[in-house]
Amino acid sequence: MKIDIALGQYCEGNSPLHRLDPRAKLIMSILFIVAIFMAKNVFAFLFLILFSVALAAVSKVSPRVVLRGLKPILFIAAFTAVINLFFVRGEQLIFEFGFVKIYLEGIINAVLIVVRIIILLAASSMLLTYTTTPLALTDGLEQLLSPLAKLKIPVHDFSMMMTIALRFIPTLVEETEKIMNAQKARGADFTSGNIMKRVKALVPIIIPLFVSAFRRANELAVAMECRCYTGGEGRTRMNKLHAGMRDLFGILIVIAAGVVIVLINRVNFGFSLVM
Amino acid sequence: MASLELCGINYIYNKGTPYETYALKDINLKLGGGITGIIGHTGSGKSTLVQLLNGLLRPTEGKLLLDDEDIWEKKTDRLREARFKVGLVMQYPEYQLFASTVYEDIAFGPRNMGLSDEEIKERVYAAAKFSMLSPEVMTRSPFELSGGQKRRVALAGIIAMNPKFLVLDEPAAGLDPGGRCGILEGICNFSQKSGASVIIVSHSMEDMAAYCDRVIAMASGKIVMDGSRSEVYGRADELIGIGLDVPQVTRIASALAERGIDIGRDVYTVGYAADMICSAANIQSSDKTN
Repeated sequence: MKIDIALGQYCEGNSPLHRLDPRAKLIMSILFIVAIFMAKNVFAFLFLILFSVALAAVSKVSPRVVLRGLKPILFIAAFTAVINLFFVRGEQLIFEFGFVKIYLEGIINAVLIVVRIIILLAASSMLLTYTTTPLALTDGLEQLLSPLAKLKIPVHDFSMMMTIALRFIPTLVEETEKIMNAQKARGADFTSGNIMKRVKALVPIIIPLFVSAFRRANELAVAMECRCYTGGEGRTRMNKLHAGMRDLFGILIVIAAGVVIVLINRVNFGFSLVM
Repeated sequence: MASLELCGINYIYNKGTPYETYALKDINLKLGGGITGIIGHTGSGKSTLVQLLNGLLRPTEGKLLLDDEDIWEKKTDRLREARFKVGLVMQYPEYQLFASTVYEDIAFGPRNMGLSDEEIKERVYAAAKFSMLSPEVMTRSPFELSGGQKRRVALAGIIAMNPKFLVLDEPAAGLDPGGRCGILEGICNFSQKSGASVIIVSHSMEDMAAYCDRVIAMASGKIVMDGSRSEVYGRADELIGIGLDVPQVTRIASALAERGIDIGRDVYTVGYAADMICSAANIQSSDKTN
């Protein structure tokens, strides 16, 4: 059995988006998310869609990968759409059956909110996960948050924990597969029986997995100490981040997109979000 | 005797993607009886082959016949049965121990077979004996044992299922010499007493030379040599050509032969080599006195 994890995987590439400084990309994503929430009417959303498609084109990540990445949020998107469809009250009643009343505003809201959720995920994964290695991402995050260290918040330690956690996901997946195979070889059965039986069947996997996770953690701690790791203080880095003009340019583009959205919002076309 | 037959087996990783690779290519093999060793370089397909043998992996093409029945045919019961008949001890099996006592861990396999409690008890103690675990260990937690003991508990866990085939992937890897001997002796002992066929995958040419009757050499997913121990180790140059080695004593023997002391090229174990060298020395000294 292969365990498939689609955890916003990094896609190897050398596009302009890949080359941006991770800090710039983090700032761009935050700004873009703000811009997404500012969009009020249909044309603002059309502009957002165009902008996201442009991002996808620049990043050169294959559309198939992007679509596959959207799968996990389909349920949430559908759920919000239904809620909006039935519960948004407006002026133009379109359909009425008993207590079910569907308004034109409800339909518009449902569509726009689904678009909002999809763009939210697609754009942020385009900017961050698909085009930035997890390592660069945690590095960028650490440096962006470094002012917080003055408030005695252990920023470095958190980012180190995050890096280690990310690093060990594939290792643990591999380990799980191995242990599952070993127990299957002894006749363990994970796929039949009632819920209690299945939960019990997991014990022979989970215990060795925990044991090996602790063993690995211990080994890693010793290895880090052997190399004189004492936390963030005075630590230098091998790959220094260098922000340049193009990073500034990237941030400016997103700000410009935000401004465009504010402008479009001002013009009243009629088809806008109620909330 | 039970037989395990691989007919035209191909195994392809990542089929239909650009990363498509053949792990095994057209494997035809009949296993059964004695101790068979599979040797091969890292990435030669040994571990894939081993996982095919008990149905953990499904061959992309070809058939795996256990006692002349295809284990992947229709009924899933047959697959489960195959897992009990072909006991697989994976690499570093001590990392798969989970139960609170050694006894419970060894009993996991037999319990999955649905045996009665008495039968389980009988099998667990028999298996522990083959693995040379003392009865006092049985009530202890497997996690407080030494590395070698843990390995033996894991081996006993498979032996307790009383398999017709015992397949082991690098059973002695990472153990000290005492541990190596212990585990390999246990395997031999089990094979002789129960009549089960044993298949050992290993890098260690010494271990293979000492214990195997038949040796199969693999390279890049294919079987390149298959024969008795002396047949395979006799082709030292070819073995070295595919990135493998011959036992160190065999190299000593051929080095001696080059210097004019011929003790024969079929020397694979230290004991035998020592005897041959002694007798060669005796001949030489008696030559000198003459």
